[in-house]
Amino acid sequence: MSLRSPLGQVSGLGSAKDGTGHWWSQRVTAVALVPLTLWFLFSLLTLPSFEYVTVRTWLSFPMSAFLAALLAAVLSYHSYLGTTVVIEDYVHSHGAKLLALLSLRFLYVLVGGASIFAILRVAFGS
Amino acid sequence: MPSRARPLSPHVGIYRWQIGSSLSILHRITGVFLALGLLALGYWLVSLAGGEESYAAAARLFASPLGLLFLIGWTFAFLYHLLNGVRHLFWDVGRGFERVQRHASGWFVFLGSIALTVCLWALIWAEHHS
Repeated sequence: MSLRSPLGQVSGLGSAKDGTGHWWSQRVTAVALVPLTLWFLFSLLTLPSFEYVTVRTWLSFPMSAFLAALLAAVLSYHSYLGTTVVIEDYVHSHGAKLLALLSLRFLYVLVGGASIFAILRVAFGS
Repeated sequence: MPSRARPLSPHVGIYRWQIGSSLSILHRITGVFLALGLLALGYWLVSLAGGEESYAAAARLFASPLGLLFLIGWTFAFLYHLLNGVRHLFWDVGRGFERVQRHASGWFVFLGSIALTVCLWALIWAEHHS
């Protein structure tokens, strides 16, 4: 007879209070970021200049804006997953850890959201 | 409470230097440094959406000596994190675990990311001065 509750069994959560979800999301986003980051780097390097008009024209192409928005979203999530583990590893006091993890999450939503909103503003010219 | 302290694994400081652990630590350091780069990228995008003046202010900041130093640092951190990340993905599917393979891929990733960083910035410098 298992000592685990039915709910604990179906959600696959052990004593670590987490399953393989975090690990798997880290790998999925890592795989997605290989083409996305290389596209971004290549696009920046092939721009004729970094003048305001040049960069803005490039980012206002639908494909550039779409891929840049995807990049901002996936990059923020991947970075959030990674830095979360760093905090979990080094911050040991319960209160400080909770505060750090909560602040981190808010910060990532803020930065990711601001980046995507900025890309949309450029794409739709407002 | 236990009556005496429970045994702990030895601290990382007592181990002899080895490439495997060093590259693992570097992966984490570059990851955290790249998180700062994400803030810079967000600032750059917001400045671009804000108009010509805010973009010029951001561009001045990135073109300053300290700004360039950070950009070069982020380039290396990105290339290293990318190459070593792919190295990790190979491990995840069960490949490259032999001692010789681990060491070879480790040196390849480390030296390769330095070489790529130098090449990229040489290219940027040449473009800028042509």
